[in-house]
Amino acid sequence: MGIAGSATSLEQAALGLPKTQRQVLGLISNRMWRLRAGVVGAVVVLFMIFLAVFAPAVSPHDPYEQNIIARLTPPVWAEGGSTDFILGTDRVGRDVLSRLIFGSRVSLTVGAVAVGIAATIGVFLGLLGGYYGRGLDSLVNNAVNLMMAFPFMLLALATVAVLGPSFRNMIIVLGITGWPVYTRVVRAETLRLREIDFVSAARALGMTNVRIIARHVLPNMYNAIIVMASLEVARMILLESFLSFLGLGVQPPTAAWGSLLADGRMYIFDMWWLATFPGLAIFMTTLGINLTGDALRDLLDPRMRNLD
Amino acid sequence: MGAYVLRRLLQAILIIIGSATVTFALLRLLADPTTLLAPQGATAEDIRILREAMGLNQPVYVQFVQFLTNAARGDFGNSFWTPKPALSLILERVSATAQLAACGLTLAVLVGVGLGLVSAIKRYSFLDNLATVLAVAGQAMPIFWLGILLILLFSVYLRVLPGSGIGTPSHLILPSITLASFQAPIITRLTRSMMLDVLSQDYIRTARSKGLAERVVMLRHAFANAAIPVVTVIGMQLGGLLGGAIVTETVFAWPGVAGLTVQSIMLSDYPVVQAGVLLMSVAIILANLTADVLVGLLDPRIRYD
Repeated sequence: MGIAGSATSLEQAALGLPKTQRQVLGLISNRMWRLRAGVVGAVVVLFMIFLAVFAPAVSPHDPYEQNIIARLTPPVWAEGGSTDFILGTDRVGRDVLSRLIFGSRVSLTVGAVAVGIAATIGVFLGLLGGYYGRGLDSLVNNAVNLMMAFPFMLLALATVAVLGPSFRNMIIVLGITGWPVYTRVVRAETLRLREIDFVSAARALGMTNVRIIARHVLPNMYNAIIVMASLEVARMILLESFLSFLGLGVQPPTAAWGSLLADGRMYIFDMWWLATFPGLAIFMTTLGINLTGDALRDLLDPRMRNLD
Repeated sequence: MGAYVLRRLLQAILIIIGSATVTFALLRLLADPTTLLAPQGATAEDIRILREAMGLNQPVYVQFVQFLTNAARGDFGNSFWTPKPALSLILERVSATAQLAACGLTLAVLVGVGLGLVSAIKRYSFLDNLATVLAVAGQAMPIFWLGILLILLFSVYLRVLPGSGIGTPSHLILPSITLASFQAPIITRLTRSMMLDVLSQDYIRTARSKGLAERVVMLRHAFANAAIPVVTVIGMQLGGLLGGAIVTETVFAWPGVAGLTVQSIMLSDYPVVQAGVLLMSVAIILANLTADVLVGLLDPRIRYD
């Protein structure tokens, strides 16, 4: 099933032939804007990585240190705030800013490792199904359809609940449930590349299948995979923070953004800052990653470029 | 068309059996419910009797066949915590989830398609830029945080809308906005790019040169075609909508299927989890099928083989 007839404008766009001068200028400024937003996004992401790596050095307090006298201090700019605790303290007097800085370690690690696992499984299955075709392909395809029809988040939730909530289990679960996205794209790309002349030529030269896949098929997809993976990191961080929010992630007293948010939610009537800042941290990080990913797509994946 | 729908239905049944298998495998093989159910101080003998009563001493394949045949009859067993059939506990809550999903999806489609259309028609205008910023921000938004912020603003400070529970139409407002914010960004971006794609086609120039009113060109000629992929994606995103419902129902204490399934996961109430997960996958599969059939009706170019 396909939608015919949209090729003309896609071709036109791919040839870089917009119609009016205004469209040309608009297209250029739009792309410039997105690249610039991508740079800002990358700076935010790098900043978060910096905080995560150097958390002990940059956080003003020990994230576990309780200070009963200073409990429930509001942020510095609010009435009753203290310069000691810029973003305030929680119900046992722990510094919110320090806990947020340490929380970045959880989210960024889970995001990166889970995407690594999911992409490895997904790319492998996609190559397998797309290249070898037939029974293997229909097996892969049905597995993808099954995963897509399954309420993904519930699967992750149930698995974590059954295995027992922990940092490691959360990574495993997100990793092994997140692969279908990659498989779909890689499979479709492989099906296309398999029929292209340079692959036939390689086959005629007597190259083994494994070598053809490694040398000729996979390298042509690196860009698409990088773009996909970068956007998936954001999705994984959102899922991780929701799991932590439900108490299925890293266990206390370790701070994760999601669990800080869940704690803050209980004090929402009096202490607005406890729920606000962890959410803001998640939002800034995923926004930074998405902006970077969109800009990467503009730079690396020219076929997707002109669709916006 | 009829043959196509039939084939898809058969495929759907296979996928449903597949997801039943996954649920069974996950919950029966990885966890032992007797350790949860047995009272403290139960002897090994008590646990053995309990296992026997629950059929857990049987070989796994016997349990699996039993599970499938019972599930096909709608029997998932009783809830571990309330002496009621799991399926009826889930079914009691279908209407709450349906209400929320319907309101959320309608809002998402109205906002998403509206913003996308305006963006495409007034390309590079202030509104277009605003819609793009909103869509980009919306995609990065953790919706459980958005829900909490909405509660903070409208229920705690302004005290104009209820922040949890169900009952009056005003209870629906905040959860619907939260759920819609999950989907509206994707719909906006897709509508915009599909409209831009269609607007550069020759038949749009033809329609304009015939002297048709711009409104007619935009809606009858452009949007009617741009809507096709949008419908497909909305159908494909229904799994995502249920994911959003899980978050929304949890944050707003909305008594729906998704929220109950999450609670049951926390309580290790496996019969309810199995009934809930299976019901939701059936809903997703049927929604995808409906979207595909709908696209076939909208787009006469599509032929089913």
